[in-house]
Amino acid sequence: MGMNNKIRIATTSLAGCFGCHMSFLDIDERILQLAELVEFDRSPLTDIEHCTNCDIGLIEGGVCNSENVHVLREFRKNCKILVAVGACAINGGLPAMRNFITLEDCLNEAYLSGIGVENAHIPNDPELPLLLDKVRPLHEVVKIDFYLPGCPPSADVFWKFLTDIIEGREPFLPYELIHYD
Amino acid sequence: MIHFVQDLVESNHYLPTRLLHLLREIQARYHYIPNTAIEQLAELLNIPRTHIISVIEFYSFFHLTPRGQYDLLISDSITDHMLGKIPLLDYLTKKLEVKVGEVRHDDLVSIDNTSCTGMCDQGPAGLINGYALTNLSLTRIDHLTDLINQQIPLEEWPSDYFLVKDNIQKKDLLLNNPVHMGDALISMFNRGKAETLNEINFSELRGRGGAGYKTAWKWQLCCENEYQNVDALDNVATNNHQTRYVVCNADEGEPGTFKDRVLLNSYAHQVFEGMTLCAAIIGAEHGFLYLRGEYLYLYEKLQTILKDRREAGLLGKNILNKNLNFDIEICLGAGAYICGEESALIESLEGKMGIPRNRPPYPVTQGYLSKPTVVNNVETFMAAASISVYGGEWFAKIGTEKSKGTKLLSICGDCDRSGIYEYPFGTTIYTILNDCGASDVQGIQIGGPSGIFISNHEFERQLGFEDLATGGSFIIFNHTRNILDIVNNFTHFFAHESCGFCTPCRVGTSLLKNQLNKIIDGHGSTGDVVALEELCQIIKKQSHCGLGQTAANPILTTLSRYPELYQGLLKKISYEPGFDLDEALEAARKLSGRDDTNAHLTQVEIAS
Amino acid sequence: MSKSITIDGQSIPFIDGQTIMEAATAAGIYIPHLCHHPEYTPHGSCKLCNVKVNGRVCSACTFPAMEDQEVLSNTAELINDRQKITQMLFVEGNHFCPSCEKSGNCQLQAVAYHLNMLDNYFPLFYPTRKVDASHAEILIDHNRCIFCTLCVRASQEADNKDIFAISGRGINKHLIINSTSGLLRETDIDIKDQAAHICPTGAILIKYTAYQVPIGERTYDHTEIDQVSLNLEKHGHE
Repeated sequence: MGMNNKIRIATTSLAGCFGCHMSFLDIDERILQLAELVEFDRSPLTDIEHCTNCDIGLIEGGVCNSENVHVLREFRKNCKILVAVGACAINGGLPAMRNFITLEDCLNEAYLSGIGVENAHIPNDPELPLLLDKVRPLHEVVKIDFYLPGCPPSADVFWKFLTDIIEGREPFLPYELIHYD
Repeated sequence: MIHFVQDLVESNHYLPTRLLHLLREIQARYHYIPNTAIEQLAELLNIPRTHIISVIEFYSFFHLTPRGQYDLLISDSITDHMLGKIPLLDYLTKKLEVKVGEVRHDDLVSIDNTSCTGMCDQGPAGLINGYALTNLSLTRIDHLTDLINQQIPLEEWPSDYFLVKDNIQKKDLLLNNPVHMGDALISMFNRGKAETLNEINFSELRGRGGAGYKTAWKWQLCCENEYQNVDALDNVATNNHQTRYVVCNADEGEPGTFKDRVLLNSYAHQVFEGMTLCAAIIGAEHGFLYLRGEYLYLYEKLQTILKDRREAGLLGKNILNKNLNFDIEICLGAGAYICGEESALIESLEGKMGIPRNRPPYPVTQGYLSKPTVVNNVETFMAAASISVYGGEWFAKIGTEKSKGTKLLSICGDCDRSGIYEYPFGTTIYTILNDCGASDVQGIQIGGPSGIFISNHEFERQLGFEDLATGGSFIIFNHTRNILDIVNNFTHFFAHESCGFCTPCRVGTSLLKNQLNKIIDGHGSTGDVVALEELCQIIKKQSHCGLGQTAANPILTTLSRYPELYQGLLKKISYEPGFDLDEALEAARKLSGRDDTNAHLTQVEIAS
Repeated sequence: MSKSITIDGQSIPFIDGQTIMEAATAAGIYIPHLCHHPEYTPHGSCKLCNVKVNGRVCSACTFPAMEDQEVLSNTAELINDRQKITQMLFVEGNHFCPSCEKSGNCQLQAVAYHLNMLDNYFPLFYPTRKVDASHAEILIDHNRCIFCTLCVRASQEADNKDIFAISGRGINKHLIINSTSGLLRETDIDIKDQAAHICPTGAILIKYTAYQVPIGERTYDHTEIDQVSLNLEKHGHE
């Protein structure tokens, strides 16, 4: 736990759309209650660049490139409980629908032969992360401790999970909170 | 082609049950099953084209796209590997200029792997256009390449390429006392059918395929609905009751097994006599020998034997003038291990995919075409014929309490004298190893991949249903062999042969293959062996038939004996991906032309 | 005196010829299943309904109910195995629920919800499979097929046609369609056919009906599959 005995949470989005983050914020006024109990480490909600010693890491999105792998590893190393949040983190989701097309075809379409392409070339700046041949769910790259399904998981799912943890219970999602869509 | 298919279907009486046979003929002639043939078959047989396509796609020896005029299949049994299959296959593909699984650009030749062809005592082995090739060597491959490139017909190839030896090394009760043509039937008629069934019952003969169901009970169950008691057997006119079938299971697909091959080559009369005996007792008029496709080379010979038996009055109408009518048809399989499972075999006989049925009902009440059917192994019929001649006591006085008589073993692998050995049940492994000249033994696979792997601490164990049950496969491994290579070969075999009917086996065997590969490839971490074992248990427990229920045995029986082998491969980290991360960037590296440090990934995080 | 079996300790009656599944359903006991449908010949392939009968694993949908059977269904072991089997079905195909119009009405998804399945557990296969949109009214998405053969059986048994079959072996199993081109367009399937509506997943869909019922108001959004199934299948019997 962080200072003040608050539960420290880090969040990030890999190959995701931030929809899960938006849904998290839908806990609305409960966020005040949450703020009493938790503090945020690395997250789009803060300006912290790297996470350190967190209790919970919430990750939305699958793994589509080398940078995703590095971030995921940082989270795994620094979070006691690592949570795959949402459909993309769990099974690759929408981005994984490119898995049925070769990377070559994808890049050709986007950078070489697609409609409206000018100055056709495949980006090769060393600063850019390279794409993996397939988008992977998180559990195929690091060990995952818990899963919050949904596209996105509803605010109540986040709330139930976090309150279970805060109150020292084994997290459990009842039927009404399990949705894959 | 239209005439060919038309004539073929006509000569097979428009019977959809003959579908496998029809497809075999078409495949042999055109090197695939052309779409026009499918359409024509569908119309002539009055079955949906989807039925035909599903059968083609189910059996390994049928193809929807053309194979080469010379279609080579190389046996993938672990014993072939031990005899140097991999370098041989590499050499072969280079010589013939074709990759495994492909057809050469000129359509002349194609090469692929195939499951064990049953030539483990004379491998490396293969099939060319369905015919068995034995003792493959570099010299033979050189010559074979020339023969193919010069398009010499198979009939003109040297006959020793196709020579299959019996290699009978040790005879006992059955092999030493062959039954003379007709004697088993004469004994039966002299004694009476009911008395003969009693003798078989008294002999305590159990099925030799592996499962070990008592033969007399099976035969009795098959006719029970009709007769209130067996004594009535002799009073019922043979042509006066329900249709029943006798099926001989010669789909000897368990890797490492080849004893049925030898029995059918040298004791076929006796096997057919055993079937006829069964037919007389249960009241069947029609029998099938389901011969695995890999034994195509035996087909003509067996047909001749059937013809001889008909001429000798031992098959056909009014056998031995005893008002018994019975004949046997030979049906060839087409490359599907699952068809060794009796209900899958029956489906295959009916011209369908070999998918095991739901049971009950069992074949003895609803088998071929839903009629009561006895399915027994080749060796079982052979033993039954002997028992009819020599009596139940003769058989039962040998063996152990729960396993009477003898068992034929196909011994192969690391030993001086591989081949067929007949042993009384109760014989110790130690004795067997001594006889076949095996030294420096690390372990033995007993009963094939679906059986168990025993270590060199277990040589006091005995053959028998109460200890080491086996359908006949006995593969010996010395200390130069890597156990995980063996397990890997077997695990791939099951994934390849799963019929795909039920979820746990269809998906589970493929997951198992991948999970095992992950560990063997060095990508395993702390929890991976636990996950492997857990997956094994689900497949074993929840699968539909014997294939799935035993598919995890290679892993489970070696994991319990050599846990350190598996654990030793695991990295001391909590998790590692099952796929190669850096390899996953290769396509992007190529396309972007990059090779900088950022363009690579380590498999696991390096501690900073 | 009627005959009875026990399921998880509860005695329930059966009549000769009933399967364990039929007896259970009639008694209001739900056993998870996907390939079973009361109107069609039992198939026994999905193995979700596997129960222990006097210690031996049997498929409830095909195994006959018989006197003296002690059936176990809701044990921790069987529930765990069912969840794993469901996960196998998910990783074998491509089940992207958020982009599937069947979501909320899908039995595969509903069984997974019922089993509290939160993840896929196994590595995913991501097989490359096709979509057949050739027919004017019916869509086939092979990515979602679980080889339950319900469409095969419905087409044969209810529609007296033979539109579908499952072909191939092992992990290469696939649904094939009875036309020269292999496309649905060239079959005589009709939108009124049972086969067009029987699919437990989103592999066979009726076009232009996708969002008539909004997400959130669909069959399994608020009612668990055990209740839905018992209501439907009990009525089916009466």
